[in-house]
Amino acid sequence: MGNKLSVSNLLGIKYLNESDINLIFETARNFKEVINRKIKKVPSLRDITIANLFFEDSTRTKISFELAQKRLSADVINFSSSSSSISKGETLSDTVNNILSMKVDMVILRHPSPGASVFLANNIDSCIVNAGDGCHEHPTQALLDSFTLNEKLSQLNGKKIIIVGDILHSRVALSNIFVFKKLGAEVKVCGPKSLIPKFIKNLGVDYEPNLEKALNWCDVASMLRVQNERMSQSYFPSTREYAKEYGLDKEKLLKLDKKIIITHPGPINRGVELSSDVIDSGKTVILDQVENGVAIRMAVMYLLASRL
Amino acid sequence: MSVDLNRKILDASKLTLILDRLASQLFENHNDFSNTVIIGIQPRGKILSKKIKSLLEINFGIKNIKLGFLDITFFRDDFGREKKVLNANKTSIDFIIENKTVVLIDDVLYTGRSVTAALSALQTFGRPSKVELLSLIDRRFSRHLPIQPDYCGSQVDAINDQRVMVKWKETDGEDSVYLYIKNNGK
Repeated sequence: MGNKLSVSNLLGIKYLNESDINLIFETARNFKEVINRKIKKVPSLRDITIANLFFEDSTRTKISFELAQKRLSADVINFSSSSSSISKGETLSDTVNNILSMKVDMVILRHPSPGASVFLANNIDSCIVNAGDGCHEHPTQALLDSFTLNEKLSQLNGKKIIIVGDILHSRVALSNIFVFKKLGAEVKVCGPKSLIPKFIKNLGVDYEPNLEKALNWCDVASMLRVQNERMSQSYFPSTREYAKEYGLDKEKLLKLDKKIIITHPGPINRGVELSSDVIDSGKTVILDQVENGVAIRMAVMYLLASRL
Repeated sequence: MSVDLNRKILDASKLTLILDRLASQLFENHNDFSNTVIIGIQPRGKILSKKIKSLLEINFGIKNIKLGFLDITFFRDDFGREKKVLNANKTSIDFIIENKTVVLIDDVLYTGRSVTAALSALQTFGRPSKVELLSLIDRRFSRHLPIQPDYCGSQVDAINDQRVMVKWKETDGEDSVYLYIKNNGK
């Protein structure tokens, strides 16, 4: 494990190496201890200003980033596209350059277009953290997912992970595939064939069409949300049919003769990918993921800011 | 003429004497440690604080001394100013320090900035009634801040290019203290 990141922006898991990921985990473990203290704030980033640019709706990620920034004592400005000059026709790089000229040190970017953060990193001189770009990557989500699994399983090397659901539209799926593979896990995807990318095998990932078989194979089931907002056409006959075939419910879990870990990045479509009895049974690690999200984002911003 | 500036300033036998003395001084002031806790500053104060605790137990029969380790990385004032990234160590303080006397332990007191960061970090665990500082080595005349140790093993006068390295058998193979020129071996 090195003592600094090999990158100066966090654009995707694709650009990180295993040593970077372990450094982020190690730092996040220390921050997790900090945020469980009575006084949860540290002064590390007190002279850093961070802009949260959210061009797309977000609850968890936005709150998590903002909380992480405040815990690190950074100055924070929030921007959402609905109440901005984007509606007047300003381009992305113009908007960001204007914000940066107000002496902002780091930009957290959520954008509906795949590659938006890479485009920005190529065109402006600032530190960029990708908080989700279209169907491309969502690196901090993948880091917090793998950090949570690492805590539960002590390591991911050799573990079997099934990612279930809308792989085609999911940035979490792609980032998770990268991070799980880099940490040595075996990954399969499961879901309706219409929601599986054609060249998924090129990522070193197998496709398993049957959820019951997939569950019997895996140590971890990573359930994804069906991204209705990104679908321009119907990819499966009905939500009821999807839930029956690919939704995880108590019945399917009871058939298993082993314990598996269930993750979900949120927000959940209750009754579609996960049934309410599974969510409320306490058998998932969804809330651990949310808690770890703050620590992971603190670690990412701390490590990137130290390179500024 | 060349002068060898890498030299051993304390050996194992002298260190043993010093540690015994420091433990005695702590015992004199804190008696049974019922209202006092020991906190080693990570990373280099950890071993020293463990040694002091075990000496208090062996030499004076004190039991149940509370010992914690405090990492100060996130509270340092040189974030982003040094070229190297500051990597954190584990903090483990599983007791309350509210209204307790805290003895902070570190191996070398140099500019006083680590101790200042430790005082800030300590506040996140409560409000101690009193904080004392124990340093094995006090590099007097090098302070940037008005910090002085309450218990001091040995005072060293060194120029700014020199570094003091405390070595422990457990991690470095020998109990000793060296004075050396920065970027020059040892």
